[in-house]
Amino acid sequence: MTQVENRPLAATFGPVVGRPIDRVDGTAKTTGAARFSAEYPYADLAHAALVYATVSRARITGIDIAAASAVDGVLSVITHLNAPPMRPPRPVNYMNLSTLASGTSVNYLNTDEVYWNGQPVAVVVAETLDAAQEAARLVSVSYEELPAAVDFAAEEGNATPEKNTPMSSGSAKKGDAEAALAAAPVSVDLRYTTPGHNHNALEPHATTAAWDGDRLVVHEGTQNVAWVRDQLAWRFDVPAAAVRVISPYVGGAFGGKTTIWAGTVLTVLAARVTGRPVRMMLTREGVYRTVGGRTPSTQRVAIGAESDGSMTALIHTSVTQVGRAGGGPEQVTAQSRHLYDAKNILVQQHQVTLDTLPNTFMRAPGESIGTFALEAAVDELAYELEIDPIELRMRNEPERNPIDGKRFAHRALREAYARGAELFGWSARTPQPGSMRDGRWLVGMGVASAYHPAWQLAANVTVRLAADGSVLVRCGFHEMGMGGATAQAQIAADALGVPFEAVTVEYGDSALPTGPGAGGSGQTASVAASLLEACDKLKRSVLALASRSTESPLRGQRLSDVRARDAGLYRTDDARGESYAAILGRAAQVSVDAAVGSDTRLGSIVGQARFLTRFLLENRRWTKAAAGAQFCEVRVDPDTGEVRVSRWLGVFDVGTVINAKTASSQLRGGIVMGIGMALQEESLVDRRTGRIMNANLAEYHVPVHADIPPIDVFYLNEPDPTMPLGLIGIGEVSITGVAAAIANAVHHATGKRVRDLPITLDKLL
Amino acid sequence: MRPFAYVSAPDVATAVRAIASEPRAKFIGGGTNLVDLMREDIEQPDTVVDITGLPLTEVAELPGGGVRIGALVRNSRLAADQVIRRRYPVLSQAVLTGASGQLRNMATVGGNLLQRTRCPYFYDRSAACNKREPASGCDAVGGFTRGHAVLGTSESCIATHPSDMCVALAALDAVVEVESIRGSRRIPLVEFHRLPDATPHVESEIAADELITAVELPPLPLAATSRYRKVRDRASYAFALVSVAAALEVRDGTVNAARLALGGVAPKPWRARMAEEALVGAPATEESFLRAAVAELAPAAAQSENAFKIELAERTIVATLRQLLTEGGAA
Repeated sequence: MTQVENRPLAATFGPVVGRPIDRVDGTAKTTGAARFSAEYPYADLAHAALVYATVSRARITGIDIAAASAVDGVLSVITHLNAPPMRPPRPVNYMNLSTLASGTSVNYLNTDEVYWNGQPVAVVVAETLDAAQEAARLVSVSYEELPAAVDFAAEEGNATPEKNTPMSSGSAKKGDAEAALAAAPVSVDLRYTTPGHNHNALEPHATTAAWDGDRLVVHEGTQNVAWVRDQLAWRFDVPAAAVRVISPYVGGAFGGKTTIWAGTVLTVLAARVTGRPVRMMLTREGVYRTVGGRTPSTQRVAIGAESDGSMTALIHTSVTQVGRAGGGPEQVTAQSRHLYDAKNILVQQHQVTLDTLPNTFMRAPGESIGTFALEAAVDELAYELEIDPIELRMRNEPERNPIDGKRFAHRALREAYARGAELFGWSARTPQPGSMRDGRWLVGMGVASAYHPAWQLAANVTVRLAADGSVLVRCGFHEMGMGGATAQAQIAADALGVPFEAVTVEYGDSALPTGPGAGGSGQTASVAASLLEACDKLKRSVLALASRSTESPLRGQRLSDVRARDAGLYRTDDARGESYAAILGRAAQVSVDAAVGSDTRLGSIVGQARFLTRFLLENRRWTKAAAGAQFCEVRVDPDTGEVRVSRWLGVFDVGTVINAKTASSQLRGGIVMGIGMALQEESLVDRRTGRIMNANLAEYHVPVHADIPPIDVFYLNEPDPTMPLGLIGIGEVSITGVAAAIANAVHHATGKRVRDLPITLDKLL
Repeated sequence: MRPFAYVSAPDVATAVRAIASEPRAKFIGGGTNLVDLMREDIEQPDTVVDITGLPLTEVAELPGGGVRIGALVRNSRLAADQVIRRRYPVLSQAVLTGASGQLRNMATVGGNLLQRTRCPYFYDRSAACNKREPASGCDAVGGFTRGHAVLGTSESCIATHPSDMCVALAALDAVVEVESIRGSRRIPLVEFHRLPDATPHVESEIAADELITAVELPPLPLAATSRYRKVRDRASYAFALVSVAAALEVRDGTVNAARLALGGVAPKPWRARMAEEALVGAPATEESFLRAAVAELAPAAAQSENAFKIELAERTIVATLRQLLTEGGAA
């Protein structure tokens, strides 16, 4: 199939928005000029390494640091016996979202308690990395082990129903779904299980920290510079203004760098103790031991339907885990409130608390594993009904949000399926399992829906237009590889009518106006909303400046009367106007500035309140989401059960696409991660010790190139009328539905339903 | 990593003298396994003797029809060798299914023979492992055992041997040549690796002061019709769940000769002699292949998570023999 993603865009979006422009940081990254957090040179830099607990729930009874301290070059071995006090993390408060920032509730090295197997219990600081790592190995810790619950499968029965909070909803219902299910002429009632997953960003978590008196500079690969700043200021009891977090390049994050983990805090502590700048890059094992990942889950999906396929009942319940020392509920049932027009709906999430590493955000938390169960169950129902699985979905496609009747801001799932079926050749599929072959291979085709809500967060932005026509956009947002800075430069270029190359975007620094965290696929829309507002303010200021002169053709014009183009403002009626250079030059002004949002204390409180109000209001009015149709073809070896994905097409409804190139890459990346989730990824937690036994990339499998077929992505490019420029975030939607599409294709190929991820070959023998 | 001394040996005599004088020394070739193990503190040599400068890098045909492979021939070079590809395709294929291109460029034939298991409990110093620390116990039993052995295990160890190359060598009746200050000797590959019994830390017949100098392949005409089939959890860069090295000679519909070895199922490269016996003289049919496979796996004993390997091994044996029958050997 040909690549179809780079089709021309409608001209209404201007000259650069939508175009496949190369990322602005591409050259720096490919030439090695880009400096990541563990690459900042300091003259007297010291290196730190962690010592991890090897038991789950315990009290430390002794630490022998003699051998470690004797290693040449060791500066300090810090344990709970000699560490200076830190303030413990604050409890969560929704008026201060940075309280969400601590990955765990543990006050590292300020306690003798161990909450999970792998918790850091000491940090070694040395002149060299080798010395630090060698000494860390020589620290000997003794424990009094305490009763621990570490086996998710065994503890599942102790799960409790989740309560609703302002930020997440653990349950919802419409009608009486259980009764409707019992009465339904056709039904399925199925149990699905998914394993825990660990983060594996290319760049392991890394921190370089330097104190200067009570001022702190931290180089940290993070998805939220403001949270890191506020959290560190709190923990080390200094003003937030004294902490600067610098994070221009982040080597992948995927949710794993949203909150603050032990390595960050302990690097800052090590710098405090030794009075030296300290660098710590976690080993790959260190990431597994100290950075949370995705919870395992068990899920029940039950659907009742009339014989024509119309759903009368949809039930989706889940059990996930949290850690004794942190983590939160995963919104596994989220998509089941939005995807099908069932008359009766029941969703309910449960959690069980374990003595394991707290879970965290990871690659579309909730919808990744939730769509696996829901979309596999819908496929099973389609077979029960003998209705084509796409047709069944179309018969249940809702006009309004099924759970509460709210309006969809935008919904184009019908179009996505129609376009996908045509491009993929769905009509060539014969529905009987095992009926399609290619030589010795069994061939199967499967579909599933993708769904992810559209989020928008507060963003403070400043824009400066200089007399030479250059534009500087400043916002403390984050670039983990997705092309965020490039997209914002495109947006600013069009909004101000300047060439793309005239725009510089500063980001990834807590000294900048506070941006949104990169998460929930919400960053681009969040920054764009404020950036567009700031550009409008700026153009009004320029108009006001022009109006001072009686000679200006723009005198008396309003913003709606002019168009920004050719590095100036021009009237829409007679095309007369002036360049920015002319206007600023005449006014003898070097630049014009505009700001949205404020980082003063009052400003941030107002901003937070404004954001929450808008968040709640918008949530009440609209259901907003990205969605899509995932099509896949698999080949299964009938002798060995080996599964190979041979073709992929994803058709996405993600509103306006800002950059055709980076958007396509991001959508493809999500599909690759979904393939890993479907076929390979699994954290192996020993049920006796709570220890992750495959804490490395040799044994924790992610896809290699040979596992990935050509991936076609297509987006409908219809703007969402409620979002800035009509864009919907694309960070996460494309991983959703992938595992179900594969499970459905595997069933089509083999007749076997695997309801337990990953779909390894032993489950198909 | 612990500090260690580094010595480079210019010739075999110096190398074996160096190792004889230093009981905690290790030879280092490509280092693709040893360095990993040193980083994890599993191997703790106080000296490494670098042997990559030794003149053991040739693949040479021998007058009697065999082939001699120098111990320091890199895996990539071995796999690409035209003689190997033509006369012993199973060996070339096996090497190419292992590791990654970068690792194969470094890894040597001798080092590949001495690869250590990938059992996660062996690799984790907080777990009990009789192989790492004799008589400390085995945490693999009752733990994650999906990758573990079903043949040749003992109460003390259920780990698998990870090599692909050795599985092909086992099928080919290869002979390992070793040298020490006491002289040189030859060990058949199938006897080179040991089953764990009560001493899983002793993994091969080679003494601590012996250097592998070469591997010799006998003249074996049926090896021209041979294949290696590796079944694993992803398409590349994963250890075998089950692998099969097979060579087959069929005359008039009857199996005249067969060589069969298995990987991923035992603590050593597993020569499948029972299956070979069942095959020779039997009609070359799917039924005979299955009977032979079942005979080989009859003594298999599974752990909690690896019972599937028994059926998978049987199916993979049948599939590989079927392919040899219908498509011939690997190109």
